[in-house]
Amino acid sequence: MKTADTANGQTINSLSSTADTRRQYWLSVMAKASADRVKALYDSLPEHPTWTTIRPAETGMVMVRGRVGGDGNRFNMGEMTMTRGAVRLANGVAGLGYVQGRSRRQAELTAVLDAMLQSPETNALISTRIIEPLAREQRDARDIRARKAAATKVEFFTMVRGEG
Amino acid sequence: MYVAVKGGDAAIENSQSLLAEERRGDTAVDELDLEQIKQQLSLAVDRVMTEGSLYDEDLAALAIKQARGDIVEAIFLLRAYRTTLPRFGASEPIDTGDMAVRRRISATFKDVPGGQILGPSFDYTHRLLDFTLAANGEPPAPTPVAEAPVDEAMPRVTELLNQEGLIEQESADDDQEVFDLTRESMKFPADREARLQNLARGDEGFLLALGYSTQRGWGRNHPFAGEIRMGEVAVEFTPEELGFPIEIAEITVTECQMVNQFKGSSEVPPQFTRGYGLTFGHCERKAMSMALVDRALRAEELGESIEAPAQDQEFVLAHACNVEASGFVQHLKLPHYVDFQSELVTVRALRKAIRESAANQEDPGMPPAAE
Repeated sequence: MKTADTANGQTINSLSSTADTRRQYWLSVMAKASADRVKALYDSLPEHPTWTTIRPAETGMVMVRGRVGGDGNRFNMGEMTMTRGAVRLANGVAGLGYVQGRSRRQAELTAVLDAMLQSPETNALISTRIIEPLAREQRDARDIRARKAAATKVEFFTMVRGEG
Repeated sequence: MYVAVKGGDAAIENSQSLLAEERRGDTAVDELDLEQIKQQLSLAVDRVMTEGSLYDEDLAALAIKQARGDIVEAIFLLRAYRTTLPRFGASEPIDTGDMAVRRRISATFKDVPGGQILGPSFDYTHRLLDFTLAANGEPPAPTPVAEAPVDEAMPRVTELLNQEGLIEQESADDDQEVFDLTRESMKFPADREARLQNLARGDEGFLLALGYSTQRGWGRNHPFAGEIRMGEVAVEFTPEELGFPIEIAEITVTECQMVNQFKGSSEVPPQFTRGYGLTFGHCERKAMSMALVDRALRAEELGESIEAPAQDQEFVLAHACNVEASGFVQHLKLPHYVDFQSELVTVRALRKAIRESAANQEDPGMPPAAE
């Protein structure tokens, strides 16, 4: 899966994308965003839905795995914090939030937004107002990091000694 | 006989209060906030996350502040905290081949595809103290930004050697259960996956010294830094309700591929062997040390004689954890009054017996025992 590289605003609306792929994409974008950005963008929405909590947001850990030599058998590298939550909107649609770190508010809002994205009446609004800006910020951050790194790439040159 | 000793409550309370005051230091000086630690002591944060075995920059920064900068104490705090959290599951294995590279160097191939990317490195500094930092100098000049980013996919150096069959290949068996030392205790001989988990959270100083010992001849394995890369990778996790993986995080990791002495047999033509290191954050010295020790611990599997400490699984793996080591060394500070009393009695009795037997033999050379 390479959603961060390949997916963008167009992929969300692409007809060829399955519902799962689209959901995978927006959940990933919100999981990797900072809690502050998700809260700020959510607060900027013109209207806020009402919801009931299916599962209160809860912080725990995921064991991060690596591979021996990068490509061999799996091994347990160490854990990371993650927070998850689940909600149901008044329209009956359920949403899930799985986010990096320990922000319960981010997990809850991600679940609310996941449900709104699954609801045809709010999908376009949330895509435009929340997912696209977050994805753009993530792409830009990645691009600037990669270009600063590129400036440290070694350009070798060979010194010619002697004659002929 | 066990004699409980009580007392010292007030002294302990006051000691903790004094500790808190010393941690804060002069109140005329601004208090450190966690964001400053995260941003400006980021390599300390990375080490605490790696050996604390929990990727959370905020918690690591808090641990460093609370521990007054004592990194091993901070690691202990983070390890203790992680025991309070539930485990939601395990991620898909991270793909370091798909890393958004910020540093990538090879000491074996000059013209490695994707290039040598120095990134942020101490390697080319002169290690001279920079007094402009002491003067709270102006922010550094903006760093150059290239027109084009680094390549998105950079082949691993081990893959380049693989193409000619010059290096041993790893094979992945994803049906195999993954050993977890946080759930089960290490058993010897331990398989490589278990060893790597142990080394990943092992003390950097200990692994550095062991890695160094192999270079000095105590289990020599002729290493080359085939590749070191640092950057961001996605962490994928499959929530049970969804049934498909989502990226739940982007984390920074450092990976080291050591390319080591070759060996061949009647069946296999000579090829290079490998050692592997992987850490959270940017912990390059740790990743390199881990790769050296990983390779040294493969001695038996590769038919090498086990002669040096770094090749001895039990010696290395049973002593790599600084939380355990620090706990056992420091427990010596706890009251051992009764143990010691009994030893005193024994020593006095022994000396008395020797004195008496000497007197019986009328040996005037025996000095009087001091008691």
